[in-house]
Amino acid sequence: MSNWIKIAPLSEFPQQGARVVRHDGKDIAVFRNAGDGVFAMNDKCPHKGGPLSQGIVSGNTVTCPLHGMNICFDDGKALAPDEGCVGTYPVKVEEGVVFLQI
Amino acid sequence: MDMTPPDKKMKLVMVGNGMAGVRALEELLKLAPDMYDVTVFGAEPHPNYNRILLSPVLAGEQTVDDIVLNPLDWYSENNITLHVGKKVVKIDRTHREVETSDGMRVGYDRLLLATGSNPFILPVQGADLPGVISFRDIADVDAMVQASSQYQHAVVIGGGLLGLEAANGLMKRGMQVSVVHIGPWLMERQLDEPAARLLQKSLEEKGMKFLLQKQTAELVRGESGRVCAIKFKDGDSAPADLVVMAVGIRPNTELAESSGLHCNRGVVVSDTMQTFDPRIYSVGECAAHRGIAYGLVAPLFEQAKVAANHLAQHGISRYQGSVTSTKLKVTGIDLFSAGNFGGGGQTEDIVLSDPVGGVYKKLVLQDNKLVGACLYGDTVDSAWYFQLLREGRNIADIRDHLMFGQSNLGDSGHAGQNKAAAMTDEMEVCGCNGVCKGTIVKAIKEKGLFTLDDVKKHTKAASSCGSCSGLVEQILSSTLGGDYSATPAVKPVCGCTERTHDEVRAAIRDHKLLSIPDTMKFLEWRTPDGCATCRPALNYYLISTWPGEARDDAQSRFVNERVHANIQKDGTYSVVPRMWGGTTNASELRRIADVADKYAVPMIRVTGGQRIDLFGIKKEDLPGVWADLDMPSGHAYGKALRTVKTCIGSEFCRFGTQNSTQMGIDLEKAFWKMWAPHKVKFAVSGCPRNCAEAAIKDVGIIGVDSGWEIYVGGNGGIKTEVAEFLVKVKTAEEVLEYSGAFIQVYREEARYLDRTVHWMQRVGMDYIKKRVLEDEAGRKALYQRLLYALSVEKDPWAERVKDGVAKHEFEVFSV
Repeated sequence: MSNWIKIAPLSEFPQQGARVVRHDGKDIAVFRNAGDGVFAMNDKCPHKGGPLSQGIVSGNTVTCPLHGMNICFDDGKALAPDEGCVGTYPVKVEEGVVFLQI
Repeated sequence: MDMTPPDKKMKLVMVGNGMAGVRALEELLKLAPDMYDVTVFGAEPHPNYNRILLSPVLAGEQTVDDIVLNPLDWYSENNITLHVGKKVVKIDRTHREVETSDGMRVGYDRLLLATGSNPFILPVQGADLPGVISFRDIADVDAMVQASSQYQHAVVIGGGLLGLEAANGLMKRGMQVSVVHIGPWLMERQLDEPAARLLQKSLEEKGMKFLLQKQTAELVRGESGRVCAIKFKDGDSAPADLVVMAVGIRPNTELAESSGLHCNRGVVVSDTMQTFDPRIYSVGECAAHRGIAYGLVAPLFEQAKVAANHLAQHGISRYQGSVTSTKLKVTGIDLFSAGNFGGGGQTEDIVLSDPVGGVYKKLVLQDNKLVGACLYGDTVDSAWYFQLLREGRNIADIRDHLMFGQSNLGDSGHAGQNKAAAMTDEMEVCGCNGVCKGTIVKAIKEKGLFTLDDVKKHTKAASSCGSCSGLVEQILSSTLGGDYSATPAVKPVCGCTERTHDEVRAAIRDHKLLSIPDTMKFLEWRTPDGCATCRPALNYYLISTWPGEARDDAQSRFVNERVHANIQKDGTYSVVPRMWGGTTNASELRRIADVADKYAVPMIRVTGGQRIDLFGIKKEDLPGVWADLDMPSGHAYGKALRTVKTCIGSEFCRFGTQNSTQMGIDLEKAFWKMWAPHKVKFAVSGCPRNCAEAAIKDVGIIGVDSGWEIYVGGNGGIKTEVAEFLVKVKTAEEVLEYSGAFIQVYREEARYLDRTVHWMQRVGMDYIKKRVLEDEAGRKALYQRLLYALSVEKDPWAERVKDGVAKHEFEVFSV
């Protein structure tokens, strides 16, 4: 049974950046892009497991800090020509607070 | 301005469905995917294929399916209406319509003529016989393959690039091939005589026959009605069941001329690729730009990019002509030529000739610049020579080593040591990412790659340290022949913009741009907020141009510079505290030991820069580690001043002439916290024995009895480069001023990610001497600007420990 979990006010998330949510020993990266879109996915690059939360955020993608693979927020897929996929999570902002569904 | 209402798309018609035209459409779709309804007419019954690779198809090394670049799906996915096998016969410029041979009429707002070229057919008797063909398209290749299974004797007329590739392919298909050539030697447009003789010899060894200085008189009709022999003007003749005419191409201007467009050996176009009718563009082999119709793919792709830019109404791009090079796609033959390889006039030649060993190299110089090259047998350095040629770099300082290639410039490193053509498929090209030659060749062929950037993206080769870039370019050119797109001399910052690094820097300086969004807006960035390539560059340009005023954007910095530690492969970090000039004391060492215990540091290591590195630190622990260390940041993670390496010097050493340790401490205390285009390393040695290895540092200081020698532009990394002597000074104050001024010119003018050596190779030592030595007031001003920039920087570790800066970085939400 998955529930919406309250994380923190949106203001605690840097624009064009991310925060890590630790749940059950697993890290989830929650991104906020320049347009205040919020996205969540496993904090693990499909290439070599790099922490995606530490990458540079531009548009709807994050660039993995280890080897530069670009991952799209919308579907968790690597941008061509790279291949790979990261699990994403539903996320929403209500009255300025970020909620995550795990 | 176009008056088309915004809700109605404009109509773009393209005549010709070849490589140049389709590349223009691809570029246009990237820039403005929804601007046009596109209709394409192609005379051939195929989608766009890679014409360059017809030779390997003929030779049986690839199939037709392998060389299709844009399958039919591509056209439908992009809503492009494709008419194959339809010939456009008329352009009605008044009504803006094209008309096909079967009477179909299509209107256009913009028309792109990419009709390519036609093979030139010798006007001799029998030229229209069955069995007489050219070498231009898939139909020709099919005809040759079919002939090779039924007949024995093939004659290729024309000993140029195309003719020899056709002859090689037919020979591989089992035919006996004679090449007829009117000139005194083969490929006279690409080779001088000695190189051509070597080429001829090795092709003869493969079994090819040559009939040089022969003029074709007649092609003789056999009993079956098919060609059976070729007769020459001197009365000789030779048997011929198949005749391939490869005597040149002519731009296909028939359609343009009949519609009244100005043509002169091609459809005449401007620098914006527009014909004399501004609604009509032309790219590819049919277009004549500044009197030249190009027949190689690299210039055509540049043209395509420019045309797309204007069709998308960006209107900022210009095509200014190309320098082209040649490679022959015959397996086992290494040949390269570019520029004015013939020499003559005001030029000087450097020649290396070993006819028995099968090696010939000629470099043509004019005014201390490389203007032409012709290489046979050993083309390892072709990419480097071609780069020198295109950049027009002054080679006075390397002239005596030029002939021996890039790897003999006193460098080590593996770039160019391997010979691309001689490498087996299993041999490793990219040592960083473990990419073998076979993988690269396969990607080039199967994915239709043309540029170094393409290969980087698809295979990861050359995408890390980049030292194999030259080798990858060689593989590109040996796979694609001269048709590959060499990396342009001046490149845009990234795919988000057309602007070069230098243009961006100039705009930030001249228009006092103070933030990344302002800069992107001013320079019309194509993406809303850039990418991981351009944002760090823009951030550096802003803070280095306007220190204290521009906003330093942490989110546009790479993780290491945002977090102020070095990310490791497992996501932990390493911490390197600063040890001035490599010195420390008992209390610091005690604190480091305590930190190692408290945080269970799994690895402590002494670095090459005379400091201590603590590995395996969790991100959340960083502020605690910094607080307990109570030492300043070593900036071991940044494009910044790293370390000032020292030897012990005159205080203790019996050979020391100067107090190098103190000089190192002074330099490090003066210049730490300095951001730069790339990492910067200093070293100070107390005598010419140079125990601090100052000769391979960005700035190396060597103490001598009478003062200090300053060396600049050394590099111990990817490719070892020895620093060049800049100046000798007397006092420690002068060392600070001169080296500071040097580093400030670098900070203000180099491109992001240029090491000092790369920047110096571009601007030249003379320029640096002018700025730092000859102009005293300028030097002092540079030094002051550096000191000012440093005065606004704080110790990032102290800021985070004491002032709570960027606290969010180090806290995790646990739920």
